[in-house]
Amino acid sequence: MCLAIPARVIEVLDNDQVRIELGGVHKAISTALVENVAVGDYLIVHVGYAIGKLDPQEAEETLAVFAAMGKSADPAEPSAYI
Amino acid sequence: MAYSRPIDFKHGRVDLTHGSGGRAMAQLIHELFVKCFDNEFLNAQNDGACFPLPPSSGRMVMATDSHVVSPLFFPGGDIGCLSVHGTINDVAMSGGRPLYLAASFILEEGYPLADLKRIVESMAHAAREAGVPIVTGDTKVVEEGKGDGVFITTTGVGVVADGINVSGSRARPGDCILVSGFMGDHGVAIMSERENLSFETTIQSDTAALHGLVAAMLDAVPDLHCLRDPTRGGLAAVLNEFAGQSGCGMRLREAAIPVRGEVAAACELLGLDPLYVANEGKLVAICAADDAQRLLCAMRNHPLGRDAAIIGEVIEDANEFVQMETVFGGRRMVDWLTGEQLPRIC
Amino acid sequence: MKYVDEFRDGELARGIARAIAAEVVPGRNYRLMEFCGGHTHAISRYGLLDLLPPAVRMIHGPGCPVCVLPIGRIDSAIDLAREHGVILCTYADTMRVPASGGLSMLKAKAQGADIRMVYSCEDALRIARENPAREVVFFAIGFETTTPPTAAIIRQAASLGLTNFSVFCNHVLTPAAMVHIMESESDPDAVSLDGFVGPAHVSTVIGYQPYEAFAAHYRRPVVIAGFEPLDVMQSILMLVRQINAGRAVVENEFTRAVTREGNRKAQALTDAVLEPRDSFDWRGLGEVPKSALKIRAEYGLYDAEQRYGIAYRQVPDHKACECAAILRGHKQPADCKVFGTVCTPDHPIGACMVSSEGACAAHYTYGRFRTK
Repeated sequence: MCLAIPARVIEVLDNDQVRIELGGVHKAISTALVENVAVGDYLIVHVGYAIGKLDPQEAEETLAVFAAMGKSADPAEPSAYI
Repeated sequence: MAYSRPIDFKHGRVDLTHGSGGRAMAQLIHELFVKCFDNEFLNAQNDGACFPLPPSSGRMVMATDSHVVSPLFFPGGDIGCLSVHGTINDVAMSGGRPLYLAASFILEEGYPLADLKRIVESMAHAAREAGVPIVTGDTKVVEEGKGDGVFITTTGVGVVADGINVSGSRARPGDCILVSGFMGDHGVAIMSERENLSFETTIQSDTAALHGLVAAMLDAVPDLHCLRDPTRGGLAAVLNEFAGQSGCGMRLREAAIPVRGEVAAACELLGLDPLYVANEGKLVAICAADDAQRLLCAMRNHPLGRDAAIIGEVIEDANEFVQMETVFGGRRMVDWLTGEQLPRIC
Repeated sequence: MKYVDEFRDGELARGIARAIAAEVVPGRNYRLMEFCGGHTHAISRYGLLDLLPPAVRMIHGPGCPVCVLPIGRIDSAIDLAREHGVILCTYADTMRVPASGGLSMLKAKAQGADIRMVYSCEDALRIARENPAREVVFFAIGFETTTPPTAAIIRQAASLGLTNFSVFCNHVLTPAAMVHIMESESDPDAVSLDGFVGPAHVSTVIGYQPYEAFAAHYRRPVVIAGFEPLDVMQSILMLVRQINAGRAVVENEFTRAVTREGNRKAQALTDAVLEPRDSFDWRGLGEVPKSALKIRAEYGLYDAEQRYGIAYRQVPDHKACECAAILRGHKQPADCKVFGTVCTPDHPIGACMVSSEGACAAHYTYGRFRTK
């Protein structure tokens, strides 16, 4: 039961809630399970709760690895992940 | 003439006398329906509408639709205009020019007359804009709790000109598949109003009368093979219907199917697939490959077809599968919808 | 959609596909299990199989909590609504699962039972507050991703002093299920597995540390994969590399959302409210030790099982159903005699067909045009 989606915090509300934005859609969700949430953060949202934060730095690095993959399919290249 | 107190549309509510056949009902019909729809047929105050026979060539087409949408008012429309557009579109999807509409109402006791008036005015506006009058109708009232505010059934008649032969069974391998615009708007607009799914979006229902677009399309390509509007069950339902009726398969390109960013996002949040979400102002067309560019041009030149696109082709397939090349590059099927599309959590 | 669309890029996919094809050792087979139903769905929905070389075989695991939920538990949930007259709140996914007596929650609802679909368990709490004269039960299912929200609302109910709310807890645990899969490898039908694509959002919550002992003990590599198709492709590449190198460690592909420790706050909250059951009956897998959670005694007031004295009755699956073998990865959907004929998503006979993430449902809905 994994369906979760990263969404951006656009407003911090009362009662452990924030308003998130995804592709122009807004929704209020609970931050009872995460800490130190600020506007601009990206949260992983599952059944109306944030279950974790998305690290934009890591996201960019992951995409960079994918892009590099396309340029070289050299088996000798070490994995960036180990 | 005896004085009769005008209906209190501001604070009044539907009650059982409005469906009883007596004075109260006559007053409601006169002060609301006839006044709003306002045409020679209704003004004649007969039970049925008589109109001259259409020209002797061609065929007649008749279509009917019931409307039970909830909520009754939603971003971009309401049950009223939806019921007018829906039946006009059904007639148009046969390649017909819609001529007249009938509208019957089942009203729930206690429903606010102010809201009923809004709905009826919306219908009147939609009918006038479309140039298709509502010429006859019926009203019934059921006890409180036995209805859902308002149910509307509309029936339409029209004429299909000679030489037009649009049918779901006419898709042939090599034909092109087109859609008239963005998929999924209506369903998402409705869902955004559902209490247990609350999310905020600017998406409006796309409800619209398509007969003008269809006329322009038939002008450009009289030998159009298939036409249908992807309402419940979405694009996937229509394509599977066509595949089954025509005995062939289809191959789509996901990247070519227009879906608004917000609709895609709302579907992601809810775990839905836009291909299965209802539309009320869009159509799917299939034509011979040679006619495709001309058809696309004609569609894009019309206000309701600006975002039209060619999304795939009909292929030989005894299994009648609708396949799709995903944005990712791999292939998947676009199967019939299973059950009702409840939001997926998984 | 940021951080979503970029991870679905077809161009980048081709790059990774080329890399996988280049690194697969000729003559060698790679049998990889994707544990999580979400990954099963992603693989089917994006047609990932078309981008993988034939040497790589994806085997669908039991990580679909709707699929592994025993019929008997759904019967109990329906009973709560029908016999006890509670307002039963449930996630949409369970509504159509066939239960005993030709019923499902959807059918029971049609017969008048007050069963309501909710998107979030918070909605169940709200319904309880709005209906103080009615008893409200939340039907909780899901793996570790979905468990912390349930713990949160139980805590909230306690702090609000609600007296009309309880939870029917059916949460299950991932590592225990993975162990169970490996233990059944001694089965004569078993297909030996070479590696695991680990769950995305379960790992956001529990971290990747819990898989380390598993990888070491069974000497199988585990790569925690993000939810998007590019993540799955990359994880497959990482598994192929480990297998080629004879390594068996836990690697994290989903670095943007998973750390080694995971979400400590969510884990602590879950721990405070729920505790492990000795054993739990999984549909298709049978009894699996230490694989599920129940509500702690301190929160007994909110435990529907205690409140209503729910007794579990095991209901066997259809004789022709091959879900047990499919959930373990021993058979494929097409191997089942009733697949696609008697058993379809509209009339599911077994666990793997009931949810769109089940191996059979995913194959039927997205992939049955493939003849291989």
